[in-house]
Amino acid sequence: MAEILTPKLAPLATSATTAKAGAPFIEIEDVSLYYGASKALKNILLKLEEKVVTAFIGPSGCGKSTLLRCLNRMNDLIDNVHIDGAIKIGGHNIYAPDVDVIELRKRVGMVFQKSNPFPKSIYENVAYGLRLHGVKAKSDLDARIEESLQQSALWDEVKDRLHSSALGLSGGQQQRLCIARAIAIKPEVILMDEPASALDPIATARIEDLILDLKKEFTIVIVTHNMQQAARISDQTAFFYIGELVEFGATTKIFTNPAQKRTEDYVSGRFG
Amino acid sequence: MNTLTPAEYLLEPRRETRHFRAEKFDFWSFFFSGLTGLATLFILGILATILLNILVNGWSAISWHFVSTIPKKDFFDANTTGVLPMIVGTAFRVIVMTIFVIPVGVITAIYLTEYAANTSIITRIIRAAVNNLAGVPSIVFGLFGLGFFINFVGKNLDKLLHNSSAVWGQPALIWASLTLAVMTLPVVIVATEESLKAIPPGLREASLALGATKLETILKIVLPQALPGIMTGGILAVSRAAGEVAPILFTGVAYYMASLPGHLSDQFMDLGYHIFVLSTQSPNVEQTRPILYATVLVLLMLTFALNIVAILIRARVRKKLRALG
Repeated sequence: MAEILTPKLAPLATSATTAKAGAPFIEIEDVSLYYGASKALKNILLKLEEKVVTAFIGPSGCGKSTLLRCLNRMNDLIDNVHIDGAIKIGGHNIYAPDVDVIELRKRVGMVFQKSNPFPKSIYENVAYGLRLHGVKAKSDLDARIEESLQQSALWDEVKDRLHSSALGLSGGQQQRLCIARAIAIKPEVILMDEPASALDPIATARIEDLILDLKKEFTIVIVTHNMQQAARISDQTAFFYIGELVEFGATTKIFTNPAQKRTEDYVSGRFG
Repeated sequence: MNTLTPAEYLLEPRRETRHFRAEKFDFWSFFFSGLTGLATLFILGILATILLNILVNGWSAISWHFVSTIPKKDFFDANTTGVLPMIVGTAFRVIVMTIFVIPVGVITAIYLTEYAANTSIITRIIRAAVNNLAGVPSIVFGLFGLGFFINFVGKNLDKLLHNSSAVWGQPALIWASLTLAVMTLPVVIVATEESLKAIPPGLREASLALGATKLETILKIVLPQALPGIMTGGILAVSRAAGEVAPILFTGVAYYMASLPGHLSDQFMDLGYHIFVLSTQSPNVEQTRPILYATVLVLLMLTFALNIVAILIRARVRKKLRALG
């Protein structure tokens, strides 16, 4: 990655430098978020491991998407938002005053609930992020674009029509294109905000397979209101309720033997 | 009716389709839809009457000679009169106006939509100013142009550059165009704002999440999408400005110029103003009438031509956006 801009942040820790597997990579330290006067996130303390899929589950409005968006500082875009506490990724507080948000977003990518490809060609969609971060030579672009489309299981379907409009793809293909676009710039973390909620079951299954594949290379945090999905693809699960983190642990434990009663009520469908 | 499982339903022999009774005649629905149709016909009728009247009366007086001749001072002699300087003057001032109004209008609209906080007091002042600007009478713009552009900016420019000899401090093409630009600014701002707002926020979010700055997002994603809407604003501004006479009365139009305008500091003749002159200054109304109709027809055709060119360009931009690449 040396050919891309010299990072202003010190390099985030990778598994080569971490002392042991399972060391915390994203540390959310006593984070509270206020929309104006209302407290949407209440003193969240959470440590997420590297190269692992972590699911955020909880009923609507519990703050899981809000917390997700804190991880790449997308909440900065909303007026009236105030955040207390620190979030460390690879040991560095991303809310420190000297942090370059552009660099952060290069390292922490995001896939949205409603797929939002640019109204450009498939090629240009994936090239957009690459060009932003300094990849200019056509051969480099071609190689990187093919690599990310391969990784998001889309290459075979679009390789003959790279220059046709991205808007002509089906919903599931568009979402995989958005994933390809996000991974093209080789982030370390991928945030996914209900990526399959607008898709049919078959497209959803393909996205889920994709996530299981991607976790070998990326740390993934996925917000989902589909508990079966969380159970299928995540290694760790965090359960949120009205802005608070209720319980966090290995997915199998959360779903079979949760420690908190509220968690048990939620995963067994008693409310939600 | 027996309830069937989906499988059973599919295996059943097809039932006859239901026949629907015709809707009962509802007088008020019919009346209202008739009313809307009549209103449309009425508007089209007025438009057709005006256009046909001009076409029928003006067509006979129009000729290639008419549109390509610089007239002598006597406009009312049908054999020697021409409207070439008026065509050139109108076209030039509209084009110069467009060069100024589009960038300023678009940048203002981008500020209001993308950067300004919607609730801040400054934003509200700007919006109020834009709305009020749209309501100012054209003649007031003319006086503004005279007072500000000519007497203040122009005269000071002369002091700086030409030792106070009268070059810029008098009616000129540039000042008339700038006055028109100020007048049509609200149209461009509103059209641009509407097209910016029509772009889903998801696209901006996607761009920012990839590590683009706000400026990069605006230049690479938002503006290209908004281009057709911006051009619509330009088309509206051009249509309005081509026919306006009051703003140019004090700022640059001349009763008679022996040659075509060549510099931004020149005065110019104008089709709209010429129509006024022909209507009020003619010694022989009967003789002048065909010339008058012909001039009106030329003005309409010029406006129409400017619009068509702009609409064609916009259609190409839209096609490119849709097919894109």
